[in-house]
Amino acid sequence: MNDFPVELPEFPDEVVTEAHVRYIEPPGLGGRAALITLDNGYDHTKPSSMGPGGMLNLWNALDEVLASDAKFIAVTGKPFIFLAGADIKMMPLLESREQGLAMARAGHALYKRLKDSPIPTFAFVNGTALGGGMELALHCHYRTVSASAVALGLPEVSIGLIPGWGGSQILPNLIGPENAVKVIVANPLNQNKMLRGPDLTELGIADAQFEAADFLEESIAWATAVVGGEVTVDRPEVDRGEHWQAVMAGARKLVDEKIHNASPAAMRALDLLELARTASFEEGILAEDEALADLEMAPEFKTSLYSFNLVRHLGKRPEGAPSSGLAKEIGKVGVVGAGLMAGQIALMFARRLEVPVVMTDLDAERAERGLSHVRGEIDKLEAKGRASRLKAAKLRALVSASADKDVYADCDLVIEAVFEELKVKQAVFAEVEQIVSDECLLVTNTSGLSVTAMASKLSRPERLVGMHFFNPVAVMPLVEVIATEQTDDATLATAYVVAKKLKKTAVGSADRPAFIVNRLLGRMLAEVTGAVDEGTPVEVADVALDELGLPMRPFALLELVGLQVAWHLCSHLNEDLGPRFPVSENLRRLAGADVPVFEPDAKGKGRLTGAGKALLEFGDRPSTADEVKHRVLSGLAEEVKLMLDEGVVPGPQQIDLAMILGAGFPFWLGGLTPYLDRVGISTEVSGKPFGVMG
Amino acid sequence: MRDTIRDVVFVDGVRTPFGKAGKLYEETRADDMIIRCIRTLLRRNPGLPPERVDEVALAATTQIGDQGLTLGRSAALLAGLPRSVPGFSIDRMCAGAMTAVTTVSSAIAARNYDVAIAGGVESMSNHPMGEGVDPNPRIIAEKLVDPDALVMGNTAENLHDLFPAITKERADAFAVASQARYGAALDRLSADFATMAARSTDEGWSVATADQLPRPGTTMEALADLRTPFRPHGKVTAGTAAPLTDGATACLIADAETAAELGLDATMKMVGFAFAGVDPETMGVGPIPSTEKALARAGLSIDDIGLIEINEAFAVQVLAFLDHFKIADDDPRVNPWGGAIAMGHPLASSGVRLMSQLSREFTEHPEVRYGITTMCVGLGQGGTVIWENPNFEGDK
Repeated sequence: MNDFPVELPEFPDEVVTEAHVRYIEPPGLGGRAALITLDNGYDHTKPSSMGPGGMLNLWNALDEVLASDAKFIAVTGKPFIFLAGADIKMMPLLESREQGLAMARAGHALYKRLKDSPIPTFAFVNGTALGGGMELALHCHYRTVSASAVALGLPEVSIGLIPGWGGSQILPNLIGPENAVKVIVANPLNQNKMLRGPDLTELGIADAQFEAADFLEESIAWATAVVGGEVTVDRPEVDRGEHWQAVMAGARKLVDEKIHNASPAAMRALDLLELARTASFEEGILAEDEALADLEMAPEFKTSLYSFNLVRHLGKRPEGAPSSGLAKEIGKVGVVGAGLMAGQIALMFARRLEVPVVMTDLDAERAERGLSHVRGEIDKLEAKGRASRLKAAKLRALVSASADKDVYADCDLVIEAVFEELKVKQAVFAEVEQIVSDECLLVTNTSGLSVTAMASKLSRPERLVGMHFFNPVAVMPLVEVIATEQTDDATLATAYVVAKKLKKTAVGSADRPAFIVNRLLGRMLAEVTGAVDEGTPVEVADVALDELGLPMRPFALLELVGLQVAWHLCSHLNEDLGPRFPVSENLRRLAGADVPVFEPDAKGKGRLTGAGKALLEFGDRPSTADEVKHRVLSGLAEEVKLMLDEGVVPGPQQIDLAMILGAGFPFWLGGLTPYLDRVGISTEVSGKPFGVMG
Repeated sequence: MRDTIRDVVFVDGVRTPFGKAGKLYEETRADDMIIRCIRTLLRRNPGLPPERVDEVALAATTQIGDQGLTLGRSAALLAGLPRSVPGFSIDRMCAGAMTAVTTVSSAIAARNYDVAIAGGVESMSNHPMGEGVDPNPRIIAEKLVDPDALVMGNTAENLHDLFPAITKERADAFAVASQARYGAALDRLSADFATMAARSTDEGWSVATADQLPRPGTTMEALADLRTPFRPHGKVTAGTAAPLTDGATACLIADAETAAELGLDATMKMVGFAFAGVDPETMGVGPIPSTEKALARAGLSIDDIGLIEINEAFAVQVLAFLDHFKIADDDPRVNPWGGAIAMGHPLASSGVRLMSQLSREFTEHPEVRYGITTMCVGLGQGGTVIWENPNFEGDK
């Protein structure tokens, strides 16, 4: 027995993955093969991962099989899961750089045995293989993948790390720099896009692909043929010339444009990919060790983990939701309005709840237009293969439209998506309340009007609740759920249950102006446009927040939400919350322009046209970009503090979760408050940090 | 109007390695085993476009859980056959797969199908004989059937009573020979194995490549003192009975012309078949009347039969058959590659195993024109299928 060469940190709560060894005698092999199964003893809902105990188990298994007469060694996983990577629960427990370094070295020492094995090694990737799981597979001499495997990839960069158990060195040398950049950097930065089995084959990560039905049997038959020389594995030669550096230069440019180096992980990953062109494997993994140890101690990683856990835990169990047992069954949904937003909402309810959805509008022609738009969207879903022929037919059958609100009579939930004006909404609910049953839920999709004010005109105000979806409704994962003082538990419970069925993450908000996300985005835009009004050039103000790595710059965001909507929001906030939200004259001018003020830039994001710029008027107090940034961050810190004092949400965690899911604020900021703490703004503004990171 | 009867051929048969109940396949789904057989069959016969399969008839004795859900259809879907391919489930206890073959063969002869998949599966680990049964109280109230008839070992002891000439020693000798013949033919048998993944929660994945049950080197001495679980001082032991087994089989049956068109081997041609009922209390004699009946209908006699694959549910039951037809206990025509006493008997799957073996044996025996596959069936039945050897070289 070889002792494990690295002293591992203690992790008493580890769910230890076993490495079972069995020997099999495949026909034609003329001897035995060793098959290692990685299995943490739970079903697929608790994927196997690698902590110190699991690493020791695999080490011991390798001791055994490497000393055996096996003709090949294969590693596979429990049903549906190969290996989900290093144990993420232990990462926050790494207290020192030395411990991080130890984990990095331990992974390398362990996996290297598969790479250096004199006996051919195979990974049979039967299911989920992420991070350290994928890297285990990469160390094997050959890989097969199940055609049905999902959740495959190297997502480390998305949480502020790099694939540091050999991934950054092996992958580019296996599939070339372009594809390696895609897997290691681009996908993690693109909403952490995952790969599927056939992607692995196409990228050249897997040497053979077999269907799930008899994946293991066929993988073993294939491995036997490889070992016996009947099958030769051809891998394309990787070009290690100038092309490699050109790819890296391009990737650096893209990362810089996308996240403005707001998180160090992506660039660090590119450094390693660049190194992989010339470095020996030994040099390469030493560089990985250092990078991993550095990044594990970096604040971006810690806040990323915080974000990861927020989404995984708080996102699944929203605070303030009454018991789901109180929720009412929803068998039919009414949508008031047949405009664009209403159509999106109607389609979403039909897709997720699979119940009849009726839309109404003022006249038959508008109702019909709204319906035909929804039908067009269903056609698109079907054409893209996102809805089967049958599902598309079902959706067409479920969604209808009418000019007559009597269709709401047997609805269990009616949601309004009409013009964002209190009186209009009050009128709609007054009319709907005459038609629906006493049990029917009334829901407003307002993005910031007072739900309480809407309820004040109702005879049964306890059944009104706000559900604020974000545009585009089908894509954005957040819904803010707004209860008034009068909203009863059954109504609120139903709203949360419906949100879950709609596959949205719900965050509760008190009925305060603009709720959570729009209030903070409104404050951010108010500060940026305020700076422009005062004389700061757009080019300066617009890039002031670049180092946060937000998904888009302020003016692109204005274009996305629409100038009129933004103007509306800012005016409301000004009325409701006062001079912290000054009304920007430039915003008013842009919103009122009768010429196009935005045009798409090279990446399709909005930028001002010459005509747009010509409309702007500047004061004589310009700020530098740093000053704008400071002003925005101070404003946000002040606003978060006020929101917490007002009880908009129970704590900063809800704000962070909402900003991640509703505004796309990056993981490495921790949403918002960890970043404000980190740069010292929280303390500067209110005397102390928000403190979610402990 | 095309109203002539067509020739039906057996193309190819495969099986999983058989496992001891409660061991190898305890955590393996029965449907996964037969799915593996179907997929292996299709892989071995690439000339057959999957959409040309007109029927999937699958047998299981206990049709609940993973052996339920209209196994023929659900396994076809899960095996990746086109959705246009239909399927159904079938049950005649031990003769399930045999009945699947005769049923689809009749339909092929009558031009209703061109190609069909037939097979069977039994996980006796997870579906022991008698699971979930609810015998009608009239069986006892009206003394219709001795309750003994529901316990197969008791029916085997009954045969010893009925045929005193069949001694325990003869049964033991037959079992020893079965083990020895199996051992000698192992390489040829394993050519039709579909390796099968089997997982154990505690030990991880394995892939079965060999039968788990055979006991090579079994001797008379070793069998002599085994206990007789069905009767104190009885004659039937674990050594002379087929063990409790998990396993699946599947085969390809086709119209002879379609097989030729698709380039599929016709390894046996069906001559005819018969099923017959006997006293449930002595179900083991079932193959006698079913064979007589099948031979009579085919216009053949037992002397025309050059190879016999008879299922060894119990040695005594095979010996009763041999005595009836005046065939010696060690006749080389009978189960030349060993039988269920050695390799096991996963109830509803065994019928196709007999056929696979006979088809292989035919290729080695061009001097043989006809062979039979036959088996006894619980509740008192026998089934026999007569096959013709396409390799027969006549009287040259």
